[in-house]
Amino acid sequence: MELFNIFLKSAFIENMVLSYFLGMCSFLAVSKSVKTAIGLGAAVIFVLALTIPINWVVSEMVLGPNGIFHTDLTFLRFILFIASIAASVQLVEMAVEKYSPALYNALGIFLPLITVNCAILGAALFMVAREYNFTESVVYGIGSGFGWALAIVAMAAIREKIRYSNIPAPLRGLGIAFILTGLMGLAFMSLMGINPATYFQQ
Amino acid sequence: MKKALLKFFQRIEPDKSKRLLHTGYEAFFTFAFVPDHVTKDGVHVRDGMDLKRLMTFVVISMQLCYLLGTYNIGHQHFVALGQYTGLFEGFHLKLSYGLVKLLPMWIVAHVVGLGIEFYFSAKRGHGVEEGYLVTGALIPLIMPPDLPLWILSFQSSLPLLSAKKAFGGTGMNVVNIALLARVFVFFAYPADISGDEVWVAGLTKAAEGGVADYGWFTLHVLNPLFDTFGWTGFNPAAAVVDGYTGATPLALAAKGGWDAVTQVYTPSQMFWGIIPGSVGETGKPFIILGALMLIATGVASWRIMVSMAMGMVFMGLVFNAWGFNPLMEVPWYYHFSMGSFLFAMAFMATDPVTAASTNRGKWIYGFFIGVVGMLVRVMNPAYPEGWMLAILFLNVFAPLIDYFVLQGNIKKRLKYVQQ
Repeated sequence: MELFNIFLKSAFIENMVLSYFLGMCSFLAVSKSVKTAIGLGAAVIFVLALTIPINWVVSEMVLGPNGIFHTDLTFLRFILFIASIAASVQLVEMAVEKYSPALYNALGIFLPLITVNCAILGAALFMVAREYNFTESVVYGIGSGFGWALAIVAMAAIREKIRYSNIPAPLRGLGIAFILTGLMGLAFMSLMGINPATYFQQ
Repeated sequence: MKKALLKFFQRIEPDKSKRLLHTGYEAFFTFAFVPDHVTKDGVHVRDGMDLKRLMTFVVISMQLCYLLGTYNIGHQHFVALGQYTGLFEGFHLKLSYGLVKLLPMWIVAHVVGLGIEFYFSAKRGHGVEEGYLVTGALIPLIMPPDLPLWILSFQSSLPLLSAKKAFGGTGMNVVNIALLARVFVFFAYPADISGDEVWVAGLTKAAEGGVADYGWFTLHVLNPLFDTFGWTGFNPAAAVVDGYTGATPLALAAKGGWDAVTQVYTPSQMFWGIIPGSVGETGKPFIILGALMLIATGVASWRIMVSMAMGMVFMGLVFNAWGFNPLMEVPWYYHFSMGSFLFAMAFMATDPVTAASTNRGKWIYGFFIGVVGMLVRVMNPAYPEGWMLAILFLNVFAPLIDYFVLQGNIKKRLKYVQQ
């Protein structure tokens, strides 16, 4: 039940994009068509599901005072987190290039840029701050990845719908995308404040 | 007669170089007469249902809600003061007080909104569309009766600019403008639109210790007027009766379940809408009549209404089975009579612009509004009512639903073709 709770919270209630506004650059840049958005969303889910547990292992076994060095190395956290994220993104990139060259071309630079997507590093740091254990961090990674993917796919569908709207010239493109993100954030505020855990206690 | 009028109007038609004047002229002209622009060649869809007629139908179907809303503002005010507690006692007082409250709201919403609409249409060089008439008619209905007018003018303008004009005008908006207006106020001025205090108009405090709070117009124009007819007037010294709270049924249910509601309001009161609440949402029979009219004229989709009710019943049954707290134990069929479910279903969710546009998409869209709305209503302690936010939530996802329905159809057809 606790795991289910973490999944719900990370995917909907504390959505990475729409309540923390993390990972905005690829969110705004790749949300022009639903197909590529689904591709990037899937890539982010995969990377998060991979890196959050890896980073949990890194921060507990290597950096923590109970790790292999028996010293407090938490000041190295950022560097090591980014390194493990970069390694797993490399893996995803190779897989996408092999199995779906079309998607690889469509995503372009934004696939390797997942490395510096702040949603990924943000999730890793949230995982440390909230003191999740290993299974919880797996679920948290999948959940927040799912939330991010859901947001970008919804955004892409809206942007496909308004492609032929008569938008005032200064707002075309990124301008309207910013306004849209704000409106979506308002919509997601409907779930803010729900704490599923309180309904499962006896 | 009509010809002479037309000739007169053609003579006063402003020059096209004066854009603002010309747009304004054209708007009123097409509102009063049917324009005679006809397509000249090619095959077109022939239907008497144009945008203007569609919008006008929606506005007409809301008039009964306006009627009851006006009377109910006055009635709730006097019930709180302990005067004229019978439904039809003090009829002239209640009706005039309701008008005093509601008419300024209506005027402000229309003047501000239509002003923006005219200005933008002139600047961007397209005709004024009737879309705002629906938004402007909806906005006073979904607000508490005592909302300050400056908030009302703020919230008729900002959502209109950011969610409609920025997206290219009528028919292009992604979220429902009237709903967004309420959401803006809800998050920007929560004290004026939530809690137990705001649902009854004209009191210094809607609880013990409050007194009537009349304005200049009521005391110095209406009271002498009623005096000359020999009718009773407003009593500025009247105090709120002991033990009175302005709590809505939902607020009561959140604290003590259905029993707490029935201690204060009878089910028939709740059905006829003689309860505190937003102006237009309370009178259920009138909303149902409006909804039937919308379905009969084909403006609103019955699929969305039915599926939204299904989603709500489904979640109601789930919560009944769960039964964690008193609010969850409220029987599912009573959820229809509390809060703004019917109003949201009839006038908000069915907005053809922001709803899903495929038929299967409409079923999904409506069902999830029902589910999310009940989730927010029952499980979110921060908000007492969920439909406003649930519809906004699904507005955002409606294009996605349409996309997947379309893709599913394409796949099915492709398979059929390949066979």
